[in-house]
Amino acid sequence: MSDVSFVRTEMLPEKEPPASEVGILGWIRHNLFSSWLNAILTLAALYLIYYALSNILSWTFESVWNANSLSECREIMMATWGDTHGHACWGVIKDRWLQLLYGFYPPYPAHPDATWSNPPETGGWPAYFRPNLTFILLLVSIAPVLFTKAPRKLLFVTAAYPFLLPWLMWGGSIWGPLMVAAGFAIGYFVYKLALPAAGSLTALILAIVLPILWWLFASGPVAVAIDSVIPIGIEPVQSRDFGGFMLAILLGVVAIGVSLPIGIVLALGRQSDLMIVKYLCVGFIEFIRGVPLITLLFVASLLLNLFLPPGTNFDIILRVMIMMTLFSAAYMAEVIRGGLAALPRGQYEGADSLGLNYWQAQRLIIMPQALKISIPGIVSTFIGIFKDTTLVSIIGLFDVIGLTNGIRADTAWNGVYWELFAFIGVLFFVVCFSMSRYSMYLERKLQTGHR
Amino acid sequence: MTTLTDPPKEHFRLSMLLYDTRYRSATIQVIAMIGFMLLAAWIINNTIQNLETLGRTVGFDFFAEPASYDINQRLLEYDSRDTHLRAALIGLLNTLVVAVLGCITATIIGVMVGVLRLSNNWLVARIMTVYVEMFRNVPVLLWIVFAMAILIESLPAPRAFRGENPEATMDLFGTVAVTNRGVYVPEFLFSRGLGDIHLFGTSSLRFDVSLDLIAFLIVMGGSIFAMRKVSAWANATQEKTGDRPTIWHIQLGLFFVPSAILLGALGFHLGFPELKGFNFTGGTHLRNSLIALWLALSLYTAAFIAEIVRAGILAISKGQTEAASALGLRPGRTMRLVVLPQALRVIIPPMISNYLNLTKNSSLAIAVGYMDITGTLGGITMNQTGRELECVLLLMLVYLAISLSISAVMNWYNNRVKLVER
Amino acid sequence: MKKSVILGVATIAGLAAGAAAAGTADDVKARGKLNCGVASGVPGFASPDANGEWQGFDVAVCRAVAAAVLDDPTAVEFIPTTGKTRFTALASGEIDMLARNTTWTFSRDVDLKFEFVGINYYDGQGFMVPKALGVSSAKELDGATVCIQTGTTTELNLADFFRINNMSYEPVPIETNAEAQQQYLAGACDVYTTDASGLAATRATFENAGDHVILPEIISKEPLGPLVRHGDHEWGDVVRWTLNALIAAEELGVTSANIDEMSSGATDNPEVNRLLGTEGTLGEMLGLDANWAQRAIKVGGNYGEVFAKNIGEETPIGLARGLNAQWTDGGLLYAPPFR
Repeated sequence: MSDVSFVRTEMLPEKEPPASEVGILGWIRHNLFSSWLNAILTLAALYLIYYALSNILSWTFESVWNANSLSECREIMMATWGDTHGHACWGVIKDRWLQLLYGFYPPYPAHPDATWSNPPETGGWPAYFRPNLTFILLLVSIAPVLFTKAPRKLLFVTAAYPFLLPWLMWGGSIWGPLMVAAGFAIGYFVYKLALPAAGSLTALILAIVLPILWWLFASGPVAVAIDSVIPIGIEPVQSRDFGGFMLAILLGVVAIGVSLPIGIVLALGRQSDLMIVKYLCVGFIEFIRGVPLITLLFVASLLLNLFLPPGTNFDIILRVMIMMTLFSAAYMAEVIRGGLAALPRGQYEGADSLGLNYWQAQRLIIMPQALKISIPGIVSTFIGIFKDTTLVSIIGLFDVIGLTNGIRADTAWNGVYWELFAFIGVLFFVVCFSMSRYSMYLERKLQTGHR
Repeated sequence: MTTLTDPPKEHFRLSMLLYDTRYRSATIQVIAMIGFMLLAAWIINNTIQNLETLGRTVGFDFFAEPASYDINQRLLEYDSRDTHLRAALIGLLNTLVVAVLGCITATIIGVMVGVLRLSNNWLVARIMTVYVEMFRNVPVLLWIVFAMAILIESLPAPRAFRGENPEATMDLFGTVAVTNRGVYVPEFLFSRGLGDIHLFGTSSLRFDVSLDLIAFLIVMGGSIFAMRKVSAWANATQEKTGDRPTIWHIQLGLFFVPSAILLGALGFHLGFPELKGFNFTGGTHLRNSLIALWLALSLYTAAFIAEIVRAGILAISKGQTEAASALGLRPGRTMRLVVLPQALRVIIPPMISNYLNLTKNSSLAIAVGYMDITGTLGGITMNQTGRELECVLLLMLVYLAISLSISAVMNWYNNRVKLVER
Repeated sequence: MKKSVILGVATIAGLAAGAAAAGTADDVKARGKLNCGVASGVPGFASPDANGEWQGFDVAVCRAVAAAVLDDPTAVEFIPTTGKTRFTALASGEIDMLARNTTWTFSRDVDLKFEFVGINYYDGQGFMVPKALGVSSAKELDGATVCIQTGTTTELNLADFFRINNMSYEPVPIETNAEAQQQYLAGACDVYTTDASGLAATRATFENAGDHVILPEIISKEPLGPLVRHGDHEWGDVVRWTLNALIAAEELGVTSANIDEMSSGATDNPEVNRLLGTEGTLGEMLGLDANWAQRAIKVGGNYGEVFAKNIGEETPIGLARGLNAQWTDGGLLYAPPFR
């Protein structure tokens, strides 16, 4: 008899999963048509996408680039498609993109008569060299703060940047910003010298008072005096020539940069045990956060001159910068307060147990950690401020939106609408989206680092 | 004889103000206070001097002058002979209207989008992500302008409704007209109405309260009170006898019959919009500017709320969802009954600041010509009277008051929700 | 170079001397630049071109003043202002003069303490409607929806007009001309009202300009002119007589083509000689040199030439002279005599 075995001796080969469960089909089934409701949702979504894209794409790509005025655009549209609707006239962007990006900033500040299309014969620097360099340096100077892999040496650029930015953008003598920077050096040396002689508190007071006196009374005349001996400088540019997208970036960077120290002080003040200090800080923060930015801009454009001594006259961009800085300082204070609150109590107690005093503890233990936690919050505050810079168009500054009014007042482009706003929307989206992605990446990184 | 001497008294030295920690905090506070007061005095002094040079005086007399301009969207009656104060009041109400409407719709859209972003339908989740990123990363001013432009360009003008074969027709059985000047919806009218109570006479603060509305609210309140009584009686009966009496028809009757009788007695009917002359007349007219602003603010804020909701839901541990499905709850009910109520506690604090942002962003109404308080008090009134100082300061005060009340209310609600937590 | 470098230092410090005590004219000369407030965009009157150069009828007045005072028509900083910020900018000394089609009214002159130095354009508020509406008079506009540009006297005039005629209307306030135009073309309002010059300029850029008519009624007087601060009469005189020089030049037949010839020696007409500084000491009296008016006229020609170049019938704006013709041609332009 043969051996009749019912036991299978070898494994069956693994079967392919059913075709409806794997591959593209399975994916579709699972992710798009898992139930009736989902199927309906999917179909509705597909229709929505088709509807939006079919309109937008044809408008975007069946368009006119080479035209010098709207009427010329319309003629070309009539000739090509027999219809003026549903086609973009990108000629306006081609004609005005530099203005939308840089406002009226002279492309070659040293040659006032030269324009982009008509560069100076002597060569000169590349057009818009200064704002571009300022922007590149900005990226370089924040790299060590944002990316841990960046070389630490770049921190020197970061320290110099607050003085480089105004010099590159406004131009003028190098000695002005240098003398302002000298104030900090004076403070530092006074502190070092006075510390052994007069004790820490007196040294600190001296280190605060002397630089302020220097800035108020001496730095200007000294800068002028040195400049008359050794004139080093670049052509100045009036701040009213600033505009376009550059203005939005500049306002955002200045507001955030300057508001960071103010925000730290306010956040510490809000957490302090000193009652009056605390209430002053709370009052300031809640006041600024309670009113819309547009009213603060009204203050900048209409009232700030009233509040200052008779005869002082700030230029409007500086006034707006001041108010935007105060505005972002209040938000910054709240972000940093969040960072402080997120620190475990043990950090404070640890600092105390080491016998550090308040400022030492803040400087060495608390702030480095709290600021690190706050970076995502600071980035999103920046995005918010950056988007809010568009409001300056309401008080008549030529930022991108203000420029659309100026451009449409030109008889050549009167009546253009969607092209300009689409361009602006895309500009903002690209910048804000990449920043928010970065902040999300950072948030993830910090979360794993901290827990 | 020996004399007892007092223990050496610790002399107060001036330097202790700085070095003694007992006094130092007081010193710092006094310095801060003096500094603050000096700053305030300096600003006030400058302002007075500057105003003197300009030959201006400060005062709110201009509020009693006729405003001389018209406002289209308004809750209270107003014409161009009314005072600047009344114009400001109309503006304030308009601000509140758009803020309240915006907060409500932003919450609804935001919660829906936040939940849908976590949907297991890949396409829907992606579309919601695109929506959120698009709205969050473009300035709200642009969205407001876009919303207005889309309404104007895509909806039909009233003249399209005219003629034998009109290009556009009214929606919802001919009761609602959607035009590029706004939406006309039917209004409530009473042919035998009780009239209005006029409060505050003819002053700038006057407003009318409709007696019809009051009567309706009283009857409605009575109905609901009676319904609760009936349902309490039903509960009591059920507990006593074990049988629940059928009460739904009583409830239904209690709810509808008394108010129907009242409405019938008052001669209630709907006033439909109809095309007359240049425009639709009759019905309630929601202007485009209001709709555009409302839409843009809601959609913009909803994108932020969606992110908050999503984060709130993700913050609830997976065990909760699993426990709910172990109990046999469907995904929809799990979300509604288990996850959302818990997520609410994480969600509410950031929600407050978004409501505040929406209210503050409503000041951009000026971009679409919606006459909110920035448009009236901070706009035309300021332009016409040249009282920048008074108008801007008052404007800030108003917004501050609104913001503080919103945060007070929401914080109160937040605390109430918090108490439930164990 | 050196001076401008120092100026840069001052800019960084953010402080420029205010105009409080010293005369504005001296300030302008010391600064080497005229700060002129203009509109941030009104077709034909003030708008920046692709190179950031300002163009327009109001801009030309600024340039003429700069040429008269500083001998350089490009030495002007144009400061865009809105309806809201224009008066504050002038009162605070941020700008030396305002040339932003601003209507001369009692309260602006007396209460806001400004000095209107003259009128460079006689305007009036009008209405534009689509032809298809079949309206021929503003009196037929009962119940219409009206687009208005806010921030001006326009909304007040409109409210008064409809009130007086016992008609109802629906105002749609709009911030800028460009938006108003868009709403009007889409039919979101039946009527667009603004200054007649603005209406004509707007209509000219329409795809089908013929489909729209401007109604005959002009419901207000809008004398538009440059203004300066109250109290500084020397500066007020400079701006006033620069404007008058342009107007008088047209009347006297001085154009940019013949001005070199006419100013090279004394002509037969004593007034022309006084105007061009070949006779008398008018320039000295103003605190300027003798050739101030020559320079002002050379920039863009006389009033008529400026008009024709920026908003005249040859331009896309296409405005007729109308009230803005010389008094000798039946208009209202009437420069006081130069003597």
